[in-house]
Amino acid sequence: MTAQAVVDYLAAQQRLEPELPAPDLPWLVELRDGGVERLRVAGFPSLRDEDWRYTNVQSLLKKPFEMGSIGQCDVDAAFVSRTAIPSLECHRVVVVNGIPIPHLSDATLVPDGIRVSSLADLLVSDPGRLEPYLGKNLVPDPHGFTAMNSAFLGNGLVVEIAPGQVFDKPLEIIFVASAATESTMAQPRNLVVAGKGSRLQVLARYVAIGAQETLTNVVTEVIVDADAHLTLYQLQEESKNSFHIGGLFAKLRRGSRFDAFAITLAGGLVRNDLRVDLDGAGAEVNLRGLYLARGRQHIDNHTQIFHNEPGCISHEHYKGVLDDRARAVFHGRIVVQPDAQKTVSEQSNQNLLLSRDAEIDTKPQLEIYADDVKCAHGATVGQLDKEALFYLRSRGIAEETAKRLLIKAFANDVLLAVSPDSLRDHLLTRVEMMLAD
Amino acid sequence: MLSISDLMVEVGGKPILKGINLDIAAGEVHAIMGPNGSGKSTLANVLAGREGYDVMRGSVTYGDHDLLALAPEERAREGVFLAFQYPVEIPGVTNVYLIKEAVNAQRKHRGESELDAIDFLKLVRQKLQLVEMKEEFLHRPVNHGFSGGEKKRNEIFQMAMIEPRLAILDETDSGLDIDALKVVASGVNAMRQGDRSILLVTHYQRLLDYIEPDHVHVLANGRFVKSGDKHLARELEEHGYGWLEEQADSGAGQSAA
Repeated sequence: MTAQAVVDYLAAQQRLEPELPAPDLPWLVELRDGGVERLRVAGFPSLRDEDWRYTNVQSLLKKPFEMGSIGQCDVDAAFVSRTAIPSLECHRVVVVNGIPIPHLSDATLVPDGIRVSSLADLLVSDPGRLEPYLGKNLVPDPHGFTAMNSAFLGNGLVVEIAPGQVFDKPLEIIFVASAATESTMAQPRNLVVAGKGSRLQVLARYVAIGAQETLTNVVTEVIVDADAHLTLYQLQEESKNSFHIGGLFAKLRRGSRFDAFAITLAGGLVRNDLRVDLDGAGAEVNLRGLYLARGRQHIDNHTQIFHNEPGCISHEHYKGVLDDRARAVFHGRIVVQPDAQKTVSEQSNQNLLLSRDAEIDTKPQLEIYADDVKCAHGATVGQLDKEALFYLRSRGIAEETAKRLLIKAFANDVLLAVSPDSLRDHLLTRVEMMLAD
Repeated sequence: MLSISDLMVEVGGKPILKGINLDIAAGEVHAIMGPNGSGKSTLANVLAGREGYDVMRGSVTYGDHDLLALAPEERAREGVFLAFQYPVEIPGVTNVYLIKEAVNAQRKHRGESELDAIDFLKLVRQKLQLVEMKEEFLHRPVNHGFSGGEKKRNEIFQMAMIEPRLAILDETDSGLDIDALKVVASGVNAMRQGDRSILLVTHYQRLLDYIEPDHVHVLANGRFVKSGDKHLARELEEHGYGWLEEQADSGAGQSAA
């Protein structure tokens, strides 16, 4: 199955290659060829790979996904306003099947100091702006899916924040997976470059439309330059017909800060790879994750934090609630390199299992090669607190309501750090809605 | 109001209550005293509907209801309130949220509309004063990080908000210093009225100096061994439980023979 999928996708890539933007740009060709080669040699991951032991992608590889276009796309202004978060003041960009849609975006309203561009356009018009960054965060491609993304590299979104610019309003990017008539895939490659001392919040939302199955194989590269502070909310709200393979690769320079939220509320099969390299002294990363799964959903969060320089801080806090036959994986690897003295690192993964058939495989992994460090990690798996449940019921609160209240209380503390309030309220409401039906 | 008849309860196959009979009329305050392990808390928990207690025999009638057939939340909505011996910490749920839900659950059950925000806040302020609690308690997570005394006061505060018909106080006095005990007692006394019954479960006579019961019952080894008025509590204070426990043991021997 894996081998056939590799052959099929490589053939599709070959057919498509001449139409990809800037087909003659040498460094870009090299990047694409590197992806092709890596996919050819390594193939797609299987349960035999240590990093994929608990996540079976056979069901995804069996399906023939066609590269998505915006030809018969049913995303319109009404869809956007339906999808928009009530009372969230933001700058909005809409991307359908990996392709930015100018007329649905208010990119013209984006203030000076933030440049939002289509990757395909920029590769043609000003590739010099991309060359120092593109592909640099993931050498080599960690697995077949990122390799495939590199092989098809062409579409996606580029966000550049000018040095010293500070913004209060978040930038919202809505990634729509649209599959009206056939199983459709998108392979967006996004790049976010936060200039020195800049500050911005980016909200990346993944939603789906259409009756067919979708595959979003997205790679996002992030560079946070010295003393910049970037916040990235990743919110997965696709459908149960959605496959989502997401890679986020961030490099942090001296004194910078990166706050990343991975919130998974939907999706049939979701795999998030997140790698953060703390490449400058005093950099700080805060990772927070929340996954809610039911039915036969499968959610895999695979995170790696590399402390490469001294005096860096990492906090990682992931929580999950699993019901029915849902399954989740958490693998949190933290590497403290020999030079990374005075590292402070803290990691936790807490899980609430609501059914006997739900399963979590959690694996914290600390590798410390420096001696002057402060590191702590822990994982818990538990059920609802029976004492708390009885306490609430003894006050007249119905059992189901009491359960929901306790689950919400468990999940919500991940969301408390979200701002602005309208975004936090939206997320709290979404969690509540999920628990209610 | 409450009638317990020949109640036998086991926990994990072990008999704890071995045939309890008790009638509490509306407006009465009953105190159940007894040494550790006598079954006092078991009785309180069985009445509130906690899991893990197997009723082997007997019945509990509350008003027109077979109390044991009701779920814990149904009992609460019918006016049964348990002040916990160990109030549970619930991080992530604020006190004010819990109380609002609790009060509105009662009101809805009685066919009344929910309290509006202003009336609710007025009532909250009034009841907070009763137990000398600051308003900031409302916005803290339920019992989370509260001191022992704050937890117990919070129980009485909730009771005052909910206004139950049958209040069961399970060792509400344990772990309280004398000042906190007085506050809790005056909170309870303020709630005494003709249509409200109160069942105090306590190890020590101390609480009964401040809340004067109409009846006192001594529980030992799962049975009531003596009942009387408030003077019985004094006697226990002087002589301890030893003499009554012996009586219970020999009594058990006689009835078995």
